[in-house]
Amino acid sequence: MIGRTKSRLQLFLLMLPGTAWLWLFFNLPLVIVLFISFVERGRAGGIKMPPVYSLASYQQFFDPLYLGIFGHSVRIAAVVTFWCLLVSYPLAFYIARRDERLRNTLILLVMIPFWTNFLVRTYALKQVLGADGLLNFGLQTLRLIPQPLDLLFNETAVVIGLIYGYLPFAVLPLYASIEKFDFALMEAAADLGAGPARAFWRVMLPQTLPGVVAAFVLVFVPVVGAFITPDIMGGGKVEMIGTLINRQFGVARNWPFGSAISLVLMLLVLVGVILYFRSGEEDRRAL
Amino acid sequence: MRHLPAATGQAWIDASFLDVEEPLKSNAVELADIVKQFPNPAGGIVNAVDHVSFQVRDGEFFSLLGPSGCGKTTTLRMIAGFEYPTQGRILLHGKDIGQTPPHQRNVNTVFQHYALFPHMTVGQNVGFGLEMKSMTRAEIDRRVGEALDMVRLAGLEKRRPSQLSGGQQQRVAVARALINRPEVLLLDEPLGALDLKLRKEMQLELKTLQREVGITFIYVTHDQEEAMTMSDRIMVMNHGKALQLGSPAEVYERPNSRYVADFIGETNFIDGVLKTPGGGTAVEVECAGGLSVQAVGGAGLPAGAAVTVAVRPERIAINRGFDNMNCFAGQVTDLVYIGTDTYYTVRLEGGQALRVREQNADPTERVLANVGDKVQVTLKAESAVVLVE
Repeated sequence: MIGRTKSRLQLFLLMLPGTAWLWLFFNLPLVIVLFISFVERGRAGGIKMPPVYSLASYQQFFDPLYLGIFGHSVRIAAVVTFWCLLVSYPLAFYIARRDERLRNTLILLVMIPFWTNFLVRTYALKQVLGADGLLNFGLQTLRLIPQPLDLLFNETAVVIGLIYGYLPFAVLPLYASIEKFDFALMEAAADLGAGPARAFWRVMLPQTLPGVVAAFVLVFVPVVGAFITPDIMGGGKVEMIGTLINRQFGVARNWPFGSAISLVLMLLVLVGVILYFRSGEEDRRAL
Repeated sequence: MRHLPAATGQAWIDASFLDVEEPLKSNAVELADIVKQFPNPAGGIVNAVDHVSFQVRDGEFFSLLGPSGCGKTTTLRMIAGFEYPTQGRILLHGKDIGQTPPHQRNVNTVFQHYALFPHMTVGQNVGFGLEMKSMTRAEIDRRVGEALDMVRLAGLEKRRPSQLSGGQQQRVAVARALINRPEVLLLDEPLGALDLKLRKEMQLELKTLQREVGITFIYVTHDQEEAMTMSDRIMVMNHGKALQLGSPAEVYERPNSRYVADFIGETNFIDGVLKTPGGGTAVEVECAGGLSVQAVGGAGLPAGAAVTVAVRPERIAINRGFDNMNCFAGQVTDLVYIGTDTYYTVRLEGGQALRVREQNADPTERVLANVGDKVQVTLKAESAVVLVE
């Protein structure tokens, strides 16, 4: 009994710093955000003192204008996720089929951008895509286009920026699951009369689906709420849910509304993730 | 000398049972001068399969036997279509399929680790091939049921492969391949992952199944006992080359090389020099230590040729068979009792050690000699086979 008490104490002490940190800097702010979302805004930002209970922020969210922005964000995130998966799957496949040394080098190359500040990378991409940027300059020099393409400060720019920024998040989980895939199964499928395309759809894709779903979640969730990329690449012309929230705590000075949108977004992501884990569990039970 | 049946003019064994006239059958598979080269990781190229030619008859149980890395699996994979030959032709019932992709060949494979699709049920696995042929659901279900009956797994359609034992998975793999009624079934060490007892059961089961369905089986194994048990004919391979092709009795009784004699069963090797020209009913071989052995074989070899005499341990008798042509004095240096038999190691007067296997047929004469005993060992000339390499 003494031993158990002692080990319990040890466990408690070991968990204390992490737990305290999470409560103090994660749960507590979340509670504050929750609180703010249910009160009236203050005149110059913050909240009205003393607090007045109100559902106005949530009602405001259901205004078609904001629902539209929300839908728009989801659409952009869907497009970005689609392209990320489409580009990453063949790339991850290619890397997974190399011999081990080359594999590690290639994965390293995929990860190197992580070591550079996200903001710096986004600004760099902006330089590349600008009217007098590298891409337009190159295409014009080669006489492929008569005048610079409009690649910046529009939705395309935001999508390109987001794909660029989140591609590694798709490559890594896909690589992990393709690398584990038993390629003898592809031979078995071919042996049983399946051409390459059918073998892929019927055998490889279902077997690597956990990687696809993980890549989807890892790209879709942050992209829905992205605000730096739309801000820089969109030049303030492309409104996404993230930029909207950002603005409520900045120039719009509407903390309760910003809090309400944040919570709605969080709730939706949470539901999505729960559904994802549910479906994963069913798969595992079936196996 | 390394090439296939060297059986001409070798009437030196009373093995008339070997010479049963084969009914004329067409060839299911023919490989003609097949070479497969792979890049060597250390640089250069290696011939994984080196100028191999052979024919597999319709309805035959044919085994490719050899140690790992001998090219037997590569040969099988070329027939399946997972590898393409660098050189040579592969004919399936007379049609050249050497460059046909695997999904267009009417052959099926039972993989070494079964390669069952983990995300599909047993029924979906077995029906996969028929589904690829766009058969109707009802037809597929009916034939899946039949195929599972055949391998005694009726009613397990809804299970997942991971819920089955190794032996059951193995049967699913066989059913999944056979349901397509292939022209040839290829089996790549299909029993390698099973324990010994189950393996023995499955050997007999596969052999019975093959007779029932009448489909040509090409079976890859490194287990010589397995090949002997199941095959109509065996092709022994080593270093990418075909060493010998014949019935189990032929490769056991008439090995054409030292390697084959050593790989199949146990053998004593005695190095020596021919005193008389090879061939005929008996030849005399002068061996180390003044030992003179009456043997058979070595057709075409002149007197004075360096040879090896191969003798199976069970063909040597201790203190009996004194009318045998060879009789040597020696001393027992070791004795191992294994139940059915006893192994003796006998050192002959010239220094040559022989391994002798005597069957323990008579419980009262379980031990013919003890360690240290002086004994006489005898063997027939027909039991001593002259080999060149």
